[in-house]
Amino acid sequence: MTRIDTRFAQLKAAHRTGLIPFVTAGDPSPEHVVALMHALVDAGADLIELGVPFSDPMADGPVIQHASERAIAKGVGLHEVLGWVAAFRQRDADTPVVLMGYLNPVEIHGYARFAQEAVQAGVDGVLLVDCPLEESVVLQPLRDAGLRQILLAAPTTAPARMAELCGSAEGFLYYVSFAGITGAAHLSTGDIAARVADIRARAKAPVAVGFGIRDAASARAIAGFADAVVIGSALVEQLAGAVGAEEISARVHAFLAPIRAALDAD
Amino acid sequence: MPTIDDFHAWPDTHGRFGNYGGQYVAETLMAPLAELTAAYLRLRADPDFVAELDRDLTHYVGRPSPVYFAERLTKHVGGARILLKREDLNHTGAHKINNTVGQALVARHMGKTRIIAETGAGQHGVASATVAARLGLQCVVYMGATDIERQKINVYRMKLLGAEVVPVTSGSKTLKDALNEAMRDWVTNVADTFYIIGTVAGPHPYPLMVRDFNAIVGREARAQLLEQYGRLPDVLTACVGGGSNAIGLFHAFLNDRDVRIVGAEAAGEGIATGHHAASLAAGRPGVLHGNRTYVLCDDNGQITETHSVSAGLDYPGVGPEHAFLKDAGRAEYVGVTDDEALAAFHLLARTEGILAALESSHAVAQAIKLAREYPPDGIVLCNLSGRGDKDVHTIAAREGVSV
Repeated sequence: MTRIDTRFAQLKAAHRTGLIPFVTAGDPSPEHVVALMHALVDAGADLIELGVPFSDPMADGPVIQHASERAIAKGVGLHEVLGWVAAFRQRDADTPVVLMGYLNPVEIHGYARFAQEAVQAGVDGVLLVDCPLEESVVLQPLRDAGLRQILLAAPTTAPARMAELCGSAEGFLYYVSFAGITGAAHLSTGDIAARVADIRARAKAPVAVGFGIRDAASARAIAGFADAVVIGSALVEQLAGAVGAEEISARVHAFLAPIRAALDAD
Repeated sequence: MPTIDDFHAWPDTHGRFGNYGGQYVAETLMAPLAELTAAYLRLRADPDFVAELDRDLTHYVGRPSPVYFAERLTKHVGGARILLKREDLNHTGAHKINNTVGQALVARHMGKTRIIAETGAGQHGVASATVAARLGLQCVVYMGATDIERQKINVYRMKLLGAEVVPVTSGSKTLKDALNEAMRDWVTNVADTFYIIGTVAGPHPYPLMVRDFNAIVGREARAQLLEQYGRLPDVLTACVGGGSNAIGLFHAFLNDRDVRIVGAEAAGEGIATGHHAASLAAGRPGVLHGNRTYVLCDDNGQITETHSVSAGLDYPGVGPEHAFLKDAGRAEYVGVTDDEALAAFHLLARTEGILAALESSHAVAQAIKLAREYPPDGIVLCNLSGRGDKDVHTIAAREGVSV
C-alpha cells in the first residue's frame, strides 16, 4: 500500500474527514518550506499538496498566481521542490505528499528523470492540472515508478466521462466544487452534495473536494459528504509575507486549528 | 493516424499534429471543448453554414483580397518578383477578421451570448469587438498592460466598438498573460461564454478551427496565382507569432511539394541576445496554453519573457501545426530582427505606398531576402497580413519623432 492509500484507510477506520492543505513551494520563503510542511502536519494535515510554481498557472486565481510569481522570482524550480520533500521525509515518513502544478516543468525536466527523482525524494503522487486523462500517456514513467496520478473531476464533467474518471482514479479523486479558478468564492454546498455522493459511490478511490473552501464553516459543510477537503488559496493568502519559521508556524496553527476542530466535531 | 505525405489530413481525431497539439487543459474545460468540437465539426460540414460564412467574407470582410505585384520593390531589391497577398485591405485591416467572423457564427449557432478574446497588438481584439458588435453580443477583451500602453489606438477602437478592455497585470503583462486570463474567464463562465482564440494555438479544436477560417487566404492566393501567372510561386513567406496568418497562407500549398515555405519569426534584438520571440527557431518542445508545441522556456520549464518590436509576434509559443511542419521538414522557420522589419517597413512605404503592420513587416523583410535567392522570373509570395496604421506611434517613438 502506498502512503496515500494507507492514510485514507486510517481516516476511514477512524471515521474522520481528511484535511489537505495546499501551499506554494517557496512562498512565503524558500528557506522555511520544510518547517512549513512540518507545521502543517502538526496543525492536523493528513496529506500535503505542495504546489510547484509555474509561470502560467491558467487554472489559478490571483492569490496562487502571485505566490507562484514570488517563488519563481526567488529561483524555485522542481529541483528545489524535490530537495525540500526529501528533507521533510527525514522526520516524517508517513504523511503523503502530492506535488501539484502544471505539465511543462515536468516535461522539461524529463518524465523518466522526474519519476526517479520524485520517488527517491519521497513524493507519493502528482496532480498536474493541465494533464487530463486523455493526455496522461506521457505520465506512464511516473506510474511505472509508483507515483499516483491524482485526477480531477468537475461540475462540467459529463456522465460517461465521470464513469471513466471514477474507474481510473487512484490515490484520491479531486472534485473541483465549481467551474472556475482557485480562490474564487462560489461554494454552494447544496449543489455538490448529491454529486459528490454519487462519485464516492462509484470511484475506485476516495474523493477530496477542493476550490472555495476557506474556513471552518465551509470545511465543515463539505465534511459531511467528502473523504477529505482541500484548502489552498485561503491558506496561501494567510501565509503571504510571513517572516521566519516561527511566524509561519504560528499562522499555520491559527488558520488550520479551527478547521481541524470543525472537521473532527461530531 | 493520417500519413505524413498528406498534410491536409491533419490534425487526427484527437487534435494532434504528430507529437504536437492535443488538449492540455484543466478538467473543467474538457466538456466545453468537447461541445465546441462537436458543434464546429457539424457546422464545418453544413452547406448552409459554409454559405453563410462565404456571404460574410464577401460582403462584410471584402474578400477576395488581391494579390499585388510589388514592382518597384522588386526592382529595388533586384531578384525574383515579390507578390503581396493584401490581407491588410480586409475590413479592420488584417487577416484576423477571417477567423473572428467564422468563430462568431459558431458562437451564435451554439447559442452563446458573450464573447471573450485575448489580444496582443490589438488586431484580434478589434476584429472580435467588430463581429460582436455586428451580432449584438457582449464582448470582453483581455490585453496585457504593457500592450495596452504600446497599442493605444487599437484599445480605443475596441472601446468605440462597445467592447470592454480588461488590462492584465500578471506575469509579463503581454499576450501570453492575456491568454491565461481569458482562459480563467472562460472556465468561470462556460455556460454563456464563447472564447474566440485569435491564433492557431490553444487546445483542440482551436488550432484546427482557426486554421480553417484563415485557410481562405492560401486558397484564394493559389487560384489567383494560377489564373494570373499560370503557375505556383517558388516560395511562400509570412510572419509567425502564434502563426494564424502564416498557416492561412501555407495550408493550401502544403501538398504542393515544389513550393518552398518559409515562416519569419521575430528575432527581436537578435536570437543570440536572448531578446526575441522565435519559438520555433530557438525554442524546444513543451506544453503551453493547452497544446504541445515549441515554447521558449528556461530549464525549470518556466515560460520566458519574449521581446519583439511588434506586439502581435511577442508570444513564447506557436501553433502546433507549425511545430509539426518544422519537424516534418515541410516548412523552414527563420528569425527576422526588429531592425530588419523596420527597414522593410520603410522600404515598402517608399516604393509601394503601403504602410505594413510591424508584424507583416517581418514577412516583407524575409520576402526581400528570399527574392535575392531566386532569378528574376521567380515568384516570392508574401502575406501582407495587416496594415500599419496602428504602429505609427511605435515607429515614431522608436525613431525619436513626436507626433
